[in-house]
Amino acid sequence: MTTNDAVYTKDIDKKTLHVVRSFAASLEQVWKAWTESEMLDKWWAPKPYRAETKTMDFRVGGYWLYCMMGPKGDNQWCRESYKKIEPRQAIHNDTNFCDADGNISNDFPTMHWTKDFRGDTKETTVSIEILFDSVADMDTVVKKGFREGFAAGLNNLEELLSI
Amino acid sequence: MRRDVFQAIADPTRRAILSLIALQAMTPNALAEQFNTSRQAVSKHIKILSECQLLRQEQVGREIYYFFNAKKMKEVDNYLQQFRANWDSRFDQLDNLLKKQKNKKP
Repeated sequence: MTTNDAVYTKDIDKKTLHVVRSFAASLEQVWKAWTESEMLDKWWAPKPYRAETKTMDFRVGGYWLYCMMGPKGDNQWCRESYKKIEPRQAIHNDTNFCDADGNISNDFPTMHWTKDFRGDTKETTVSIEILFDSVADMDTVVKKGFREGFAAGLNNLEELLSI
Repeated sequence: MRRDVFQAIADPTRRAILSLIALQAMTPNALAEQFNTSRQAVSKHIKILSECQLLRQEQVGREIYYFFNAKKMKEVDNYLQQFRANWDSRFDQLDNLLKKQKNKKP
């Protein structure tokens, strides 16, 4: 098992969250895992959720439309709109909640993501920067993560207890 | 209006007030002198911070002092911890996926 702990930092003044994580795999492989929907579906959703891609058009102006499916039938459609792509180096995208047709919902803030990839044939580091339009937006997103994480924790407990 | 830690830190003046009183307890006058805005504006922020429980006031002798409530501030970190837990779960799955792929290679 690799022990590549992720590093998390927040900068409230700059309205950003940072996540940095290394993977014991080539840049080529890691890039694929972040940019091909068949791969993303296998890991993108935090447990016990799963991600299912409806459409993906990985190019500037295109978007990835997928559904986050909860164990209790709770679904959330999400959309990543690609703003800038530098192959094997960086992806800039906006992330939104949306409906099944990709129509963006205004109930949830836009997040501006930058993902940087740096690596060789053995190890690859991904740096993620999530920029919010306001601190209040940051609050909404982090709190939603809190609720979902909490629900996930309870579900895992349920699983454990039913054995 | 919402009164929680996030509301409190959403404003730059309030963050500045918190930074100041985190270093040392301050009187209303001393605090107001640090800002170019009106005294009323500062006391409005103090009221919000106090309602969010990040600031408490205490009478010390003749003066009122504002104190920073560090315990409450920890709530922000607690929220982030969950955010972190979600990402850790994701990354572990990606590790497994990458490992599987590596093993598939001849």
